[in-house]
Amino acid sequence: MSKMPNSAELAKSISYSVPQKGWMDIKPEFRPGNYAYPAKEDTMRGLGMPNPHTWAPENEDWGLPKNWEKIIYNALKVRLEKYRSLKVFMDTCVRCGACADKCHFYIGSGDPKNMPVLRAELLRSVYRKDFTTAGKLLGKVAGARKLDKDVIKEWFYYFYQCTECRRCSLFCPYGIDTAEITMIVRELLHELGLGLHWIMDPVSNCNRTGNHLGIQPHAFKEIVEFLCDDIEEITGVRIDPPFNEPGHEVLFITPSGDVFADPGIYTFMGYLMLFHEIGLDYTLSTYASEGGNFGLFTSADMMKKINAKMYAEADRLGAKWILGGECGHMWRVVHQYMDTMNGPTPSCMEVPKSPITGTVFKHAASTKMVHIAEFTADLIKHNKLNLDLSRNDHLNVTFHDSCNPARAMGMLEEPRYVLQNVCNNFFEMPENTIREQTFCCGAGSGLNTEEIMEIRMRGALPRGNALRHVQEKHDVNTLACICAIDRATLPPLADYWAPGVNVVGLHELVANALVMKGEKRRTMDLRQEDLPNVPDEPEEEDEMPEELTGGAEADDAAADAGADNGEGGEE
Amino acid sequence: MLKDLIKDFIDEMKPKLINDRMFIMGGLGAFVVLFTSPFWLNFLFSLFTGDDVYERPKIALPTEYKECVSTRDYMRAEHMQLLDTWRDMAVREGKREYVDANGNKWDINLQNTCMSCHANKPDFCDTCHTSNSVDPYCWDCHVEPKGNQQ
Amino acid sequence: MLISLLAVIALGCVAWFGTSAGFQFAFGIIIPVLALAVFIFGFCLRMMGWSRSPVPFNIATTGGQTRSLDWVRPNRLDSPYSKIATIGRMTLEILAFRSLFRNSSTQIKDGRMVQWSAPWLWIAALAFHYTFLLVFLRHFRFFIEPVPFFLTWGEALDGLMQVGAVRFLMTDGVIVAAILFLLGRRILLPRIRYISLPSDYFPLFLLLGVTLSGICMRYFDKTDISSVKVLIMNVVGFNWGQPIPEGISSMFYLHLFFVSVLLMYFPFSKLMHMGGVFLSPTRNLPANSRAVRHINPWNPPKKYRTYAEYEDEFREAMAEAGLPLEKEPENAAG
Repeated sequence: MSKMPNSAELAKSISYSVPQKGWMDIKPEFRPGNYAYPAKEDTMRGLGMPNPHTWAPENEDWGLPKNWEKIIYNALKVRLEKYRSLKVFMDTCVRCGACADKCHFYIGSGDPKNMPVLRAELLRSVYRKDFTTAGKLLGKVAGARKLDKDVIKEWFYYFYQCTECRRCSLFCPYGIDTAEITMIVRELLHELGLGLHWIMDPVSNCNRTGNHLGIQPHAFKEIVEFLCDDIEEITGVRIDPPFNEPGHEVLFITPSGDVFADPGIYTFMGYLMLFHEIGLDYTLSTYASEGGNFGLFTSADMMKKINAKMYAEADRLGAKWILGGECGHMWRVVHQYMDTMNGPTPSCMEVPKSPITGTVFKHAASTKMVHIAEFTADLIKHNKLNLDLSRNDHLNVTFHDSCNPARAMGMLEEPRYVLQNVCNNFFEMPENTIREQTFCCGAGSGLNTEEIMEIRMRGALPRGNALRHVQEKHDVNTLACICAIDRATLPPLADYWAPGVNVVGLHELVANALVMKGEKRRTMDLRQEDLPNVPDEPEEEDEMPEELTGGAEADDAAADAGADNGEGGEE
Repeated sequence: MLKDLIKDFIDEMKPKLINDRMFIMGGLGAFVVLFTSPFWLNFLFSLFTGDDVYERPKIALPTEYKECVSTRDYMRAEHMQLLDTWRDMAVREGKREYVDANGNKWDINLQNTCMSCHANKPDFCDTCHTSNSVDPYCWDCHVEPKGNQQ
Repeated sequence: MLISLLAVIALGCVAWFGTSAGFQFAFGIIIPVLALAVFIFGFCLRMMGWSRSPVPFNIATTGGQTRSLDWVRPNRLDSPYSKIATIGRMTLEILAFRSLFRNSSTQIKDGRMVQWSAPWLWIAALAFHYTFLLVFLRHFRFFIEPVPFFLTWGEALDGLMQVGAVRFLMTDGVIVAAILFLLGRRILLPRIRYISLPSDYFPLFLLLGVTLSGICMRYFDKTDISSVKVLIMNVVGFNWGQPIPEGISSMFYLHLFFVSVLLMYFPFSKLMHMGGVFLSPTRNLPANSRAVRHINPWNPPKKYRTYAEYEDEFREAMAEAGLPLEKEPENAAG
């Protein structure tokens, strides 16, 4: 692998000047570090993907099937007939350039083909040649070019340098969404048997074991129990979450990354503590133990196949509604695809209603799935949680909007509301880098693999710079997020661009602040690090439990009163 | 086989798409109506007026005078330019004399020079101006001559 | 770029010499009528072509807080939840180019990313489109008799400054400035030049040809507009047998030919963004996909690994771990 430049060198290396040669005449060069590893032949075969074969990006010959041109032509034709989005996006672009410097990969690399407009032109030029009269007649003058093997290589190179974050779509006067184009081109590449290891392996695992990491059911249970041991050690409260149990009101599904990987596990512990504290009637599932869906990065069919388990499991267990954990692309699927693909919901399901506050989640009436940030925000609004904010006082927190919850769900306020109610020191990053204008972590959509770290860090530049800004200005040391992929990709981002900033999930902070009934005096946070602001131990220890329970009751009463009077009130 | 598949789903979607496509068809209908409006609007007007062919507006030329300050063609194309120049000479520079190409001297005066021959404003000025939607601002200051209406 | 400029110049020559050589009937009647027909049919065909493909998923881009909990204030226009709000969003998008208004510019300065607001493209785009619309409407005075009062008033407003003898119309100045700006950024900004195709320059040069020939006719080489109106009224009244009036300059035919080319070119080019902007699924759908089920007409049948298959593979281990099972291992064997 090539030597990785440090952040200052990398920033200095960026130039926005354009090459002398036109973009159609420049071919991508594959060298270690600038491409992600291809999917294994066995994986592709196991999933029934077309034309599985072994190949390497650095080879001249990619082993494409003999009739590959025909395959692409037909595949594109079918998709033009299936997706109006594709057809309209192919035809309406005026190349105004408004999208150009909105892409984090362009900002970080200066490679002109990372401008969303040119990324789309990579497909558009082929489309013109095959499907438009002007392109057939005028060729290059009309911006058309013949499909050849270099184009396929170029597609592989650049459509795996797009994280489907949709930031360009926000700025496009015609709403052209590069994510849509990227998804289609990746489908075309899959038709030729070209895929990424980092995407297809999780897909394969998820299909077989229910989660990306291939954790088998008994191991899944074991890991969760380990986490419960940790919770007990920290809080003194023992939690035994139900698995695969029918007859519970709520089925809880979160990305498996939260169960397995640091720092996601702390967020997962946070969920469990919260559910225990409010007495939620829920179950986990090992069969549907994955909220994430790398099928989204593969093809619509694969997305549907993997996602189908959620409703199937809710049906089998008789759950009334599904509660979803913190995740980005999972929520793209749940919010915009799930109901269409795998709905209508099983008959046992009802419009979600919080059993604690009685709030009906009307906006999830059809999908019947609620985001945990919405759920917790509602709990806090109704004063159902006893929170000790001082436990998070040593943290100066900022919030990273994940692309999908921001631009595909419009969930901007709920996580902020929760955050501001669990910690005292909250600072926003600059306006152009948050909310609907948020920048990607640089490694979404299946690109969070080690071998392309430089590309990732280039894509991470805008977020990293914004983070560094608040780190210098407000001494921010904590970056909160609501995405499992972020929890995997932001730590290296922070180490590279803003060293010293820690990445946490929203519900890790919630659980740190959460005062649980019957808990022991908390001296550690969920990471088992010492809390700096622990008050001195009270002198008369015996009276503590009574005081606590009494206090909690009083709080509940106040909360109920507050809920009745305070409707429509805003913070 | 592929063709059959495509045909199947197109058939399948037809009834469900009706709403969406109705919007688009409606929009296109409006588009066609707007862009062909001159054709059908004029047809409608002609039904009322009975005029089938649009005729060039006829202007009433003075009968007793034969000579103007310049040629017919020049005046037709540039009368506004000349009037503008006259306005500037008279009002801003105080010059009241204009010498034409033939050496004839004219008093620069809209009402007493121009309108003394072209007294019939409705039939000389307005027919053309109205038909071509020209709205000169001569009469913001000048008093409109009564012309032949007397 | 050069190729587009040459194409436009060649087209201009065709019209100029064509009419000088006496092909007034072709350039005055046949070509414009044909062009209009191509434009209208072509436009409709393209739109119908787009509409034939379904919108399988609701992929609205949310540009603000969506409607969720009662006490969270939604951003109704950027994240529309109802049909009316969606119409509001589309209206703003189409009439005010709202997305383009967000435009910012990004640079790297001293190793840091800096961004600032860059409204210039938005201003020029608005200026161009609105002045084009006004100029377009202004021309209706030649297409209709009697001329409706609002056209006369509109023109009086346009010439409010009362500069010049043929009153100078502000739209004429603005449209040329706007086209030059749009053309200028394409030629001068390296990044925009790099992404530009000949088909991006061509319409701009053509529009410049249209506006400049029009301006020339109005202010400098004046043509006899009474004759022009006679010609046009004959065309729209289907009195094509009437003689072509005298006194119409070649400049007029040049102008008309440029417009005809623009009309014919329109349906086959990026200019179709005029229709496409209405059909963008990221903008014209309400962002309510969790509340209302969006129907995909080609939704394929569900194919997934069922729980039964899953349990079959992991039954032993699951039983050992004490996970609930549908079939106990001893029953499953048979």
